[in-house]
Amino acid sequence: MPDMTFAEAIKDAHVVEMERDPNIYIAGEDVGVFGGCFGVTAGLLDQFGEKRVKDTTITESAIVGTAVGAASAGLRPVIELMFVDFIGVALDQLYNQAGKMKYMFGGKAKIPMVMRTACGAGIGAAAQHSQCLEALFMHLPGLKVVMPSTPYDAKGLLIEAIRDDNPVVFLEHKMLYAMEGEVPSGAYTIPFGQADIKRQGKDVTIVATANMVHTALGAAEKLAADGISLEVVDPRTLYPLDGETIFESVKRTHRLVILHEEVKFAGSGAEIAAQVAEEAFDYLDAPILRVAAPFCPVPFSPPLEKAYIPSEQQLIDAVKKVMA
Amino acid sequence: MDLTNEQLIQMYTTMVKIRTFENRVAELFADGKIPGFVHLYVGEEAVATGVCENLTDKDYITSTHRGHGHLIAKGGDIKKMMAELFGKETGYCKGKGGSMHIADLDLGIMGANGIVGGGPPLASGAALACQYMGNDNVAVCFFGDGASNQGTTHEAMNMAACWKLPVVFINENNMYGISCCTTKSMCVPNIADRAAGYDIPGVVVDGNDAVAVWEAAAEGINRARQGKGPSLIECKTYRHRGHFEGDPCTYRDDAELEEWKEKDPIPRLEQKLLEMELLTQSKIEKIKQELQKDLTAAEQFAEESPYPDISGLLEDVYT
Ligand SMILES: Cc1ncc(C[n+]2csc(CCOP(=O)(O)OP(=O)(O)O)c2C)c(N)n1
Ligand SMILES: [Mg+2]
Repeated sequence: MPDMTFAEAIKDAHVVEMERDPNIYIAGEDVGVFGGCFGVTAGLLDQFGEKRVKDTTITESAIVGTAVGAASAGLRPVIELMFVDFIGVALDQLYNQAGKMKYMFGGKAKIPMVMRTACGAGIGAAAQHSQCLEALFMHLPGLKVVMPSTPYDAKGLLIEAIRDDNPVVFLEHKMLYAMEGEVPSGAYTIPFGQADIKRQGKDVTIVATANMVHTALGAAEKLAADGISLEVVDPRTLYPLDGETIFESVKRTHRLVILHEEVKFAGSGAEIAAQVAEEAFDYLDAPILRVAAPFCPVPFSPPLEKAYIPSEQQLIDAVKKVMA
Repeated sequence: MDLTNEQLIQMYTTMVKIRTFENRVAELFADGKIPGFVHLYVGEEAVATGVCENLTDKDYITSTHRGHGHLIAKGGDIKKMMAELFGKETGYCKGKGGSMHIADLDLGIMGANGIVGGGPPLASGAALACQYMGNDNVAVCFFGDGASNQGTTHEAMNMAACWKLPVVFINENNMYGISCCTTKSMCVPNIADRAAGYDIPGVVVDGNDAVAVWEAAAEGINRARQGKGPSLIECKTYRHRGHFEGDPCTYRDDAELEEWKEKDPIPRLEQKLLEMELLTQSKIEKIKQELQKDLTAAEQFAEESPYPDISGLLEDVYT
């Protein structure tokens, strides 16, 4: 298997699918000539031409909205929202239009579109270019929400997203773009709603998303030296959410810590904790803990930004607490 | 109304101040002293300078991601700016904002903005407050050619026109929104042509001619002060550097850049003032030395200032 970066794996998913289906087009700000703000679509304009790789004006609302319209009229748009923070400009088209159309029309519409977008802190991009917003999308019926943590998952999940007949929000943590991993060539899919156990363990279940999966794996490595065994579960898709795999893990370990970068208050971990409380309460030997960002915008200054992002040490402390 | 000699020299000084600040920021960014993103205003100095020469501290401006020039022209303190760029406690925003979010509300600077098209509604809102309170202050909205295509921009202009708000929309048409050239992003020759859609004045001006910018802005701003409503002024200009520092700029021609460097606004005003005998070479040298001294002091202030304490992470979220 070739080694690819996370960004290359995502590009490869585009290539594989665009070669297969002429109705797929890409659109977004600077996705063509510039190759994407993070280089994800570099070279695709040369390969597929202007009809299929569209540089757009700076109009997120129209980028998302035209994708919704085009999807309902038979195309399969894959659009790039440069930073997830910009969804503020375009939210109506995504949630009132894309998300509700099928239901409102009594099941008649089909909106096969993907909105890819970069999220997350870590590069000093400050408050309007750094947030994680997965819970916001999870809250909107009609949308599917994908958040990969490895190059392998990113490619398989994106191909699945492109083939899905629903609007899919595909969240790419920007600190992952340069990460390398083995990625099969050609097409393969990872079904939505299937969590992946990234590390097996017996003492505490850690549910983590995106680059926090790697923070959890780092903590697991350190704690293993102390004789504490962490099981790291990556949901991979937040809607649909694979509760079963999480419940089964908790039934084995009896302890749960949830780790995510978005704010803790009403974050995706709140939903996961609630579901575990409903389905596996009797198996828990300790309260469910969440390690997540504090309830504030992402600060610019490096020490503040570092303090904002949930750390391996915070996770280790939480694990020790549930083990005590 | 005409510019006084003092104003002309002041404008020249401001432009050089912006240029030296930006060039130094480019070096500091390359040296890793400034984290995050910086978008520099080199080449576009005449726009902010010509416009802000018409404003007082009581007037408002909204800025953009490319905001350093607007801030300096509106009287911003380069010490606090530099400290903010470094992410230091003594910066304009205690290090919480960085380049894209510097604000000085005491000077009517309603913030740089990380959201393209974020500013126009804010400017109309500030203008509404001026109108509502019955003073003759105005708001000025700086926005790019790219931002001109955002829905928020159209919405804000139309509302300002309907309500006759004292706001002037200053379009900085530097021909690109990152890599996207205006030849691809619009189908009319001028952004100012869109003013017809709101029935407000739409003016095109050479954005590299500080005096021409000043004149056009003076007209729009006076109109706004007199309660006659908004106007749209498009300043044709060009950014000499990449969209952000580190941008390889593969989407535009070197020849195009060279052509625009010939029209650099600073030598143009300098030449004019030399001809008018308002400046001499030695006076220019003195101005530059003074500015360099202040810049060095600002940099030293930023270097020596502490980073914010992490105990402040959760402060300032709510009032
Ligand atoms: C809502 C939103 N969309 C996209 C971006 C990314 N972005 C930052 S600056 C920029 C280009 C802006 O172009 P223009 O308005 O012409 O200003 P210029 O950079 O030329 O000064 C883009 C696309 C953003 N910051 N906000
Ligand atoms: Mg521009």
